[in-house]
Amino acid sequence: MKRLDRKFNELKKKGRCAFIAYITAGDPDLRVTKKLIFELERQGVDIIELGVPFSDPLADGPVIQAASKRALGKGTSLRKIIALVKSIRKEVNIPLCLMSYYNPIYKMGLPLFTEKAAYAGVDGVIIPDLPPEEAKEFMQYSRGNKLDTIFFISPTSDVKRIKMAAAFSSGFIYYVSLAGVTGARKKISSDLKKRISLIKRHTKKPVCVGFGISKPGHVRYLSSFCDGVIVGSAIVKVIAVNSRKKDLVKVTGRFAAGLSKALK
Amino acid sequence: MLPDKYGHFQEFGGRFVPETLMGMLDDLEKKYRKIKKDKSFRGELNYYLSHYAGRPTPLYFAANLSKKLGLAKIYLKREDLLHTGAHKINNTLGQIILAKHMKKARIIAETGAGQHGVAVATVCAMFNFQCCIYMGEEDIKRQSLNVFRMKMLGADVLPVTSGSRTLKDAMNEAIRDWVTNVDNTYYLIGSTAGPHPYPVIVRDFQCVIGIEAKKQILKQERKLPTYLVACVGGGSNSMGLFYPFLEDKTKFVGVEAAGLGLSSGKHAAALCRGSKGVLHGSLSYMLQDKDGQVEIAHSISAGLDYPGVGPEHSLFKKIKRAEYTSATDKEALEAFKLLSKTEGIIPALESAHALAYVVRAGRGFKKNDLIIVCLSGRGDKDVNTVADVLGIKL
Repeated sequence: MKRLDRKFNELKKKGRCAFIAYITAGDPDLRVTKKLIFELERQGVDIIELGVPFSDPLADGPVIQAASKRALGKGTSLRKIIALVKSIRKEVNIPLCLMSYYNPIYKMGLPLFTEKAAYAGVDGVIIPDLPPEEAKEFMQYSRGNKLDTIFFISPTSDVKRIKMAAAFSSGFIYYVSLAGVTGARKKISSDLKKRISLIKRHTKKPVCVGFGISKPGHVRYLSSFCDGVIVGSAIVKVIAVNSRKKDLVKVTGRFAAGLSKALK
Repeated sequence: MLPDKYGHFQEFGGRFVPETLMGMLDDLEKKYRKIKKDKSFRGELNYYLSHYAGRPTPLYFAANLSKKLGLAKIYLKREDLLHTGAHKINNTLGQIILAKHMKKARIIAETGAGQHGVAVATVCAMFNFQCCIYMGEEDIKRQSLNVFRMKMLGADVLPVTSGSRTLKDAMNEAIRDWVTNVDNTYYLIGSTAGPHPYPVIVRDFQCVIGIEAKKQILKQERKLPTYLVACVGGGSNSMGLFYPFLEDKTKFVGVEAAGLGLSSGKHAAALCRGSKGVLHGSLSYMLQDKDGQVEIAHSISAGLDYPGVGPEHSLFKKIKRAEYTSATDKEALEAFKLLSKTEGIIPALESAHALAYVVRAGRGFKKNDLIIVCLSGRGDKDVNTVADVLGIKL
């Protein structure tokens, strides 16, 4: 069984929701990213999304834009991130997903990327600017290499698009909590619960919610009706603020632990 | 017929955008397809094109320039004479009427040189829309005159400080705004780029250039032109000129900005020197490094300073329907001076790239060759830049 499926089965048995942490790989550098992966796993994070930095991150707010810029400044690339996953795969058990804009993957080439990523031990791939309509080839190669493909459903997706995203997704489905870019918001949209129950009428696959989630209170509320909660910008911000401090890894771990403990 | 229903020109084009925008693009495409055939829409657009923008524009035989360069006859399609000073208004008028029919309250747009921004601010003022223009901080410095014009017209000019602070980053920021305000906001893209259906919409609205030129040349010369020459940044004026001649024997030449030279690494020649990739919602040629990171373009002309290009141009390159070449900053500057002196027309630096090609190829043309160059804009906006390069203080 694939690592993501195993994780969600395991959580289901415990009656728990997954806590998913996003970090931008290479921020402040890949050496620290490696330590962060170990620490996040230790602190009870269930799944890690490794963000692949891109020069033109059009779905991201200022926090992840800045992190991407720092990571690129350190020479981070998709190849190096895959190599990092490969180097630690035997030491960590946590499912690792890559979240990348399409161009770095396209440039590497779909056959090569999917083969290398799968071989390195990447579990799933999330591409914010690749809707199902454009994903035929990507699906073909990902399936061939047993990589999970995670697609998005947003507040503007109609039933037809919900079904399409569900059919194309494996591992889990990513629900974008708001129409907008990544980044912490004060409030969670009020009709989210209704949207999730609508989606759940069309699929049995786990539905995880991301974008705008930053506080333990958000996590607690969402975990009562979602299969997973994704926090990105809030964690990336902690990394940015503490990047020059010796206890960066610990502080980030503690922050993630605080969020993960809020799960129901 | 291309593109297919997902907006693919063979492997180019498509829709590479966040899920939130997909429903909206479907809706836009449906409404556009319907309205395109609507008589009252066409009537309204034609009314504004002629009475407000100043169409048809002349097809002017540049006798002095032709004589100076040699054997061929050179005609200029005078888009520079349009209201706001460039071809951009053809498209903004079409899209603002479309936005009105879609009942959107707010318009956003990106701009590089500011020509598209001014054209958007203009139609927003006239049709009474709230208007936000995203513009890179670097471009704001280079084009302060256009920034002032947009503000006079009532637009908010929002400086973009991310990335390279130029056109590509302004486009990223506009897309971020759009994802956030998709319900009430219409994104008015200025070039034949972006996700489907934009490349088609912009092409259709710019085709008026080629349709007029064809009628005019047949009337004046009783034959079709041998060559059509136009500059290519995103590719809207060139596609507008080329497309109505698609089934004819006329050869198309697209001229990209070679900046400091193609081998200098400082240029904007996505078709001549780029590779295939995905930028701003469509697959096309673009400037990028080996890891797929977008590279920064360079050109003396802010309107050509873009690392991507419209997908249909990539198709034209692939099927060899058009030839793509380039002109350097220096060559464009020479052509800028030449046209000013020989014809009394100061061209935009963008259009000067197209002229530069004609100057360079001059002796290669044959005696009976008939050339139409798209004079996409006028050069008033560029006098500061040119004075700067020439070391003259204004």
